[in-house]
Amino acid sequence: MQDKAEISTRNPDDEESARQTEKATGASALRPTRRSFLTQLGVAGLTITAAPLIAQSPAASPPVEAPAETPASAPGAVPVTLNINGKPYQLNLDPRTTVLDTLREHLNMFGTKKGCDHGQCGACTVHINGRRMNSCLTFAVMHQDDKITTIEGLGQNGHLHPVQEAFIQFDGFQCGYCTPGQIMSGAALLKEPVGPNDDDVREMMSGNLCRCGAYDNIVAAVQSARRKG
Amino acid sequence: MESFQYEQVKTVDAAVAAHPTQRGGKFVAGGTTLIDLMKLNVETPQVVVDINPLPLNRVESTGDGGVKVGAMVRNSDLANHELIKQRYPVLSQALLSGASPQLRNMATTGGNLLQRTRCYYFRDTAYKACNKRNPGSGCAAMDGFNRIHAILGTSEHCIATHPSDMAVAMMALEAVVHTEGAKGERSIPLDKFYRVPGSTPNIENVLEPNELITFVTLPGLANGTRSYYLKLRDRQSYEFALSSAAVVVKLNGDRIERARVALGGVGTIPWRSREAEQVLEGKPANIETFKRAAQAAVTDAHPLHDNAFKVKLVQLCLARALRVVTQQS
Repeated sequence: MQDKAEISTRNPDDEESARQTEKATGASALRPTRRSFLTQLGVAGLTITAAPLIAQSPAASPPVEAPAETPASAPGAVPVTLNINGKPYQLNLDPRTTVLDTLREHLNMFGTKKGCDHGQCGACTVHINGRRMNSCLTFAVMHQDDKITTIEGLGQNGHLHPVQEAFIQFDGFQCGYCTPGQIMSGAALLKEPVGPNDDDVREMMSGNLCRCGAYDNIVAAVQSARRKG
Repeated sequence: MESFQYEQVKTVDAAVAAHPTQRGGKFVAGGTTLIDLMKLNVETPQVVVDINPLPLNRVESTGDGGVKVGAMVRNSDLANHELIKQRYPVLSQALLSGASPQLRNMATTGGNLLQRTRCYYFRDTAYKACNKRNPGSGCAAMDGFNRIHAILGTSEHCIATHPSDMAVAMMALEAVVHTEGAKGERSIPLDKFYRVPGSTPNIENVLEPNELITFVTLPGLANGTRSYYLKLRDRQSYEFALSSAAVVVKLNGDRIERARVALGGVGTIPWRSREAEQVLEGKPANIETFKRAAQAAVTDAHPLHDNAFKVKLVQLCLARALRVVTQQS
């Protein structure tokens, strides 16, 4: 039985997302994930080569803290409610915070990846009002009332999106880092005007780079999902 | 990224009244250029006025067979619009050749016209010598690696290429840019909209402070007019042009009755080539004519250390585009 992860939060929505994170990642005080362990080291000011590390038990480490929210009284912080995967999240954000950084740094939603942070790789692809976009190139405060869908919201355990199923069936990934962006792109593509051929799919998936080179299988996966309607 | 104050406006009047320029600020629409450059600290607005709610997102037919495009129409919507695909294939092709599907879903008509150069030295503030960022500081590209830089419209102060495909197609279609500002509305033909760098490369167009692009009109084309966009680049997709050509041609039998030509990837601004048009009009539509038109297009080209290949490439590009468009049925 796992204890609830000790993640300090400032608002109920963060707490809820922390619970979801725990459920998704299995992180807890007794069984940290690599992410929570390394974060604890960072918080404690330690590096991997530090000797006291070996004696340190995870339960005694400082709790993983969600990065501090900009308090409402901080100059320039803007209140915004984001609708993400069907749920509202009330936030006070520095307007410089992109949707990508909001997801990863404020909401513990790590599925969306940061590759280039400049709209050039597609790893950060999400859907906003049903359209695929690069979440790194838009500020969160611009999206009050917009419907945002991330990879976490595309399918559920036991009920995957057809593109997710196809990526598994056709082995559409190696390291997996570009994969959420590829899947979000492919899922949106199903509803866009795209020609029938593999070359058409390559062209319309060209905004998602894959350093492992899984492109052939990615195209096969997307074509399969398209054929299934 | 530098801090800024964020505001959102819901009407054109409110946008103009927000007068961002006076407050050291900018409008943001798709953000695909502005936010990219803000992350690099090339753009450092103190105020960002979000114009996304503005009701400027329609594509409508106008009386003369033309089209009116709202400034907030997303690039993907414009490219896929039936009116555009039917009447102005060159514009649809140009839009679809640019950026990525994600970026095309975000980018707007107005923003695409105003996008800024991809010159590596402009985009990297570690290079102090950039007359576009910092007038009078010099040009690091001149003696640097200038493969992607311009051969037309350059000056001793700046050689940066304008990167837009849409603007090149719109130039060949003789688009008109409509704006609203403190002094009211005005209409600016696209070929008067851009400024070559000259001695003020920091000034890229004729917009006044706080002036907002509201829509773009494209005049109707005569029946039988065909158009085509050819883009040549290092990669097959998701890459800027090394050379591109937008051609709009009407044949009368086997003679070219009317031609409009604009070039991309080679100019400091989207490059309307009247030189090529003058060679083409009235002449037979054959390869000799196309080659002479292409030669005329580069008469004033100034190649640089690393981009001399563009002088030949853009000629081949234009000649090929003309061959394709005149063979279309």
